[in-house]
Amino acid sequence: MEVFAFSLFNGILYGMLLFMLASGLTLIFSMMGVLNFAHASFFMLGAYLAYQISAYVGFWPGLVVAPLIVGVIGAAVERWGLRPVHKFGHVAELLFTFGLAFVIEEVVQLIWGKVPMPYDIPASMNFAAFSWQGLDYSAYRLFMLVISVAIFAALFLFIAKTRIGLIIQAALTQPNIVSALGHDVPRIFMWTFGFGCALAGLAGVIGGNVLGTEPAMAITLGPIVFVVIVIGGLGSLWGALVAALFIGIVDNLAISYDLSFYPLFAVFGVERDVTGIMQDLVRLTTASIAPVLPYFLLVLILIVRPRGLFGTRDV
Amino acid sequence: MLDVRGLHAYYGKSHILRGVTLQVGAGEIVGLLGRNGVGRSTTIKAIMGEVEPRGSIKFKGREIAGMKSHDIARLGLGYVPENRDIFPTLTVRQNLLLGQKSARQTGRWSMEDLFDLFPALRERADTEGGVLSGGEQQMLTMCRTLMGDPDLIMVDEPTEGLAPQLVETVAELLNEMAGRGLSILLVEQKLTIALRISARVYVMGHGEIVFEGTPEDLRANEPIRREWLEV
Ligand SMILES: Nc1ncnc2c1ncn2[C@@H]1O[C@H](COP(=O)(O)OP(=O)(O)OP(=O)(O)O)[C@@H](O)[C@H]1O
Ligand SMILES: [Mg+2]
Repeated sequence: MEVFAFSLFNGILYGMLLFMLASGLTLIFSMMGVLNFAHASFFMLGAYLAYQISAYVGFWPGLVVAPLIVGVIGAAVERWGLRPVHKFGHVAELLFTFGLAFVIEEVVQLIWGKVPMPYDIPASMNFAAFSWQGLDYSAYRLFMLVISVAIFAALFLFIAKTRIGLIIQAALTQPNIVSALGHDVPRIFMWTFGFGCALAGLAGVIGGNVLGTEPAMAITLGPIVFVVIVIGGLGSLWGALVAALFIGIVDNLAISYDLSFYPLFAVFGVERDVTGIMQDLVRLTTASIAPVLPYFLLVLILIVRPRGLFGTRDV
Repeated sequence: MLDVRGLHAYYGKSHILRGVTLQVGAGEIVGLLGRNGVGRSTTIKAIMGEVEPRGSIKFKGREIAGMKSHDIARLGLGYVPENRDIFPTLTVRQNLLLGQKSARQTGRWSMEDLFDLFPALRERADTEGGVLSGGEQQMLTMCRTLMGDPDLIMVDEPTEGLAPQLVETVAELLNEMAGRGLSILLVEQKLTIALRISARVYVMGHGEIVFEGTPEDLRANEPIRREWLEV
């Protein structure tokens, strides 16, 4: 029970972090109609910038400033990179974001090198907030959870309740009409893109010191974020939330419980000390397959529901 | 108010507008009539900047050909598209809010005004636009544009497919708009309300204006009606 509660907590936390990336990515997908391959690179930028800022002035200013810088970089990329490429079609846009991911990675390595950065949890929050059933719940992780839930709530209120949020929703589906009503749709798209990047940057700021700040962090997390928005249904924020939490929790449970698949094989009369190719299968545990679990779920969902859980269009 | 001269427009290689010239004066209701596919919608889209225009389009004395739609809208030109493109998943109130150009509503129309004119919309203020009837959607599209307080409004086939009683309601709203000082360019296929409320009418055929005059002139001009309007 205590292991379950603990991995549930970590699962929700990881899930909310994934959602911070997935929400921006899915908004950007809705307006461009293509996936932004560089999205996780903005997550990485957030972590590196936060590290650099925290080295000078501490964690707290970085929490605010790093996502802002990432957001402005994102908006600039949209304005002077993606927008001119748009007229050459989706393939060109896709290639552009693909190239951008490499460029950002190279630039990061040029400035900070290839080794991981010592971006640590702020000392003021590096203690156990409380213990429950003998397991310590770190104060920083609790703080991450609060931030990500607050961002999630703010995002939904913003999109659903404010006039700007309504304009964004409407512009995603009927940009011409929204323009004719006097709203500058390209500028709205630019800031939506920047906003999505800022969210990814914020995830980098609060997650970089737990997951590790190194040049491969974008490539490690990027594919999982894609899996999240495809499972959730492209363009659906609710879908992204559900899928992110689902993957976060399943991943953590698989690692914590580390169940053996042997009982499954025992049903078919396989002995525990079998040799040959079956030996590897019998020894397989959930922890060892955790890294491929998201992709396995992806394939499963696509077979059952090609448009994802909450999606309206086929992949 | 609006002065269009020698307007040409293309869809790809097909030459749709072949030199359209028309004027709408301040506070005037002008009808733009013609059969299916002659280019009436394209004319308004070109004025609005949704289709690339060639030629001169002056609004309030300013050349607007080549400007972006949202800048044109902000100058005070309103556009009500022909297929009742409301935002189906947003509520009636949210649809109206989208017509507002800034956070605060100032100008001739408030949401309350419009609800007073159309009590049906007030009753359904919090229902999704997609479930409204065709007539209610038409009112909503017009009201949404009015929320942006235009000085001239271009309305594309507002009575299409509506029951006679609703057609009357549309006519009343158009008169109400004119009463508040708006200029109106009304695109219609049927002559019903257009001849009744317009001060002047243009008839379009194959991308050109083939007739210009008062509704009485048009009533009297049997050959034009037979060639360009009646089916
Ligand atoms: N997006 C488009 N691409 C290519 N051709 C188009 C397009 N839209 C309209 N056309 C063509 O342009 C011509 C004029 O269309 P327009 O919509 O302006 O007609 P209309 O007078 O408004 O008539 P109606 O609304 O009854 O169709 C038509 O022949 C139509 O087939
Ligand atoms: Mg038309």
